[in-house]
Amino acid sequence: MNYSKQDIRMWSMLGSRGTFGVALTDAARLNQGILALSADLCNTSGLDRFRSAYPTRFINAGIAEQNMLGVAAGLAATGFVPFATTFANFAALRACEQVRHYLGYMQENVKLVGFGAGFAMGMFGVTHFALEDVAALRSISNLTIISPADGMEIVKATNAMAVTCGPVYLRLAGVANAPIVYTEDYDFTIGKAVSLREGKDVAIIATGSMVHPSLKAAELLASHGIGAAVADMHTIKPLDGAAVERFMNHQLLVTVEEHSVMGGLGTAIAEHIAPLRNFPPLLRLGVAPGYPHVGDYPYMLEVCGLTAPKIADRIRLALA
Amino acid sequence: MNTMTANHIIQLKQTALAMRRNIIRLALHGGNNGVHIGPALSIVEILACLYGEVLRRDAGTPPVIRDKFILSKGHGALGYYVALHEAGMISLETLNTYEKNGGDFPGQPVKNAAAGIEFSSGTLGLGLAFGAGLALGARKLDRDTRVYVLLGDGELNEGSVWESVMFAAHAKLTNLVAIVDRNGLQSDGCTRDVLALDIEAMWRGFGWEVAVCDGHDLEQLLEALQAGPGGKPRVVVANTIKGKGVSFMEGNNAWHHNRLTAEQHLRAVAELDAWAALES
Repeated sequence: MNYSKQDIRMWSMLGSRGTFGVALTDAARLNQGILALSADLCNTSGLDRFRSAYPTRFINAGIAEQNMLGVAAGLAATGFVPFATTFANFAALRACEQVRHYLGYMQENVKLVGFGAGFAMGMFGVTHFALEDVAALRSISNLTIISPADGMEIVKATNAMAVTCGPVYLRLAGVANAPIVYTEDYDFTIGKAVSLREGKDVAIIATGSMVHPSLKAAELLASHGIGAAVADMHTIKPLDGAAVERFMNHQLLVTVEEHSVMGGLGTAIAEHIAPLRNFPPLLRLGVAPGYPHVGDYPYMLEVCGLTAPKIADRIRLALA
Repeated sequence: MNTMTANHIIQLKQTALAMRRNIIRLALHGGNNGVHIGPALSIVEILACLYGEVLRRDAGTPPVIRDKFILSKGHGALGYYVALHEAGMISLETLNTYEKNGGDFPGQPVKNAAAGIEFSSGTLGLGLAFGAGLALGARKLDRDTRVYVLLGDGELNEGSVWESVMFAAHAKLTNLVAIVDRNGLQSDGCTRDVLALDIEAMWRGFGWEVAVCDGHDLEQLLEALQAGPGGKPRVVVANTIKGKGVSFMEGNNAWHHNRLTAEQHLRAVAELDAWAALES
């Protein structure tokens, strides 16, 4: 697939929600089974484009996320490919048991999409942050969890989900004018991490919105003579264990995620390496426990230490 | 009642009796752990009607049931399994694996295409949403499918039920029929004491057609369940007796989930024998 520079710029400008809306509308042209469901968030979730193009394939379930997932499951059982969308906190927390029941236990082919993950909701505050969604959903069997790094990866993930049978949670973080990680086409496979940079000292494994700042942090580390490899772990579950084990000879392994340090990517990797011999220490960067005072998106990343300079500083400190 | 209907009713009565005999027999499988007996006995006539008359079948072996049935009150599993057996969906040998360790037929149903089980249940408040999705999907595909979802009256405490009730009315899912097994009891006692609900008024207020019937009267049930679709989704509130058919279980919440002793088993069988003699 050839993506134009205009596409890449547009995805960046739109941010994760808008890009998903474009991607799903495009995917629906090829796949008649695709339906979109929203819990009264069509206008703020980038699905207005889909609704205009396919009014009969868009279902507004109202502010009732639990029912939305059940309806999506029934539609999936009928043969449709429903994408059920809402803010990530409502998807994972309000409807958590429904995710376990319909997606995990019954394995209905529902694609659950969580918008505004992490701190994207900014001034909406803690109730609208999703810092526990991966932790809540990762223990649910049969569920794939994908956390794309930028617009191109959202497009690729959306297309891959649509043609792969089985329940998926797509975690969309970040805001409009999102940084670009991928400037040209690459091979995206669910469950296979992407190696973005080599480096002999430190290995940074990042996911979602933290892939770009991790690359920038690697550049800062290089200026201090520290070689940092960076991998994009876009699929948090199932985890690409082989990609983690590539780094067993590095001095330090680092995970970076816009999510609680409890239960997310860092925990998944800790679980993976726990039984392995001679593995380097693991530094898990993410959001520390607690409910911080609220600010806008850049402010939240700053106070939580999730900017490139802060990531680099924390890695240097750990190496010292 | 014409002769054909009369014959059908006689047949359904025999089916219901056979179901109760199997429920009582299989209740022994629970051993000291006990099983959900009362909530299985209250839905026997409802399920006998659904599988005997109401759910339409397409040709095939085993039969393919075109209409969909969802048991939302999963603790009625034993009543469901014996109905599936009477309908030819599961063999006696399979039925006898009920509550066997590691088996496919535990205390709450697990989705099983071969057995005709469309939905896994146990957690209350999840079946109607799934049924609404099936009904909506069938309508989108222009399929002539009706979806029946059986809920408990205690289950109506769950807020998620009402999300689905609202959605189905808004989406005008006229091919969706909810059935409420109103036996008046839930785990902690009488529904009116635990959380009293004006069931008919609530469903009506949420935009459904409401029918009320005696949930053990086969003619009333058939009429309520087979009524043609109107302009709204339809709920059949079936007034039932928990533990129906065994005198010492009827209306006695101790039998919501309980252990059946050998002596009680013999008494229950004797009562069903007497009932059979009376019917014949």
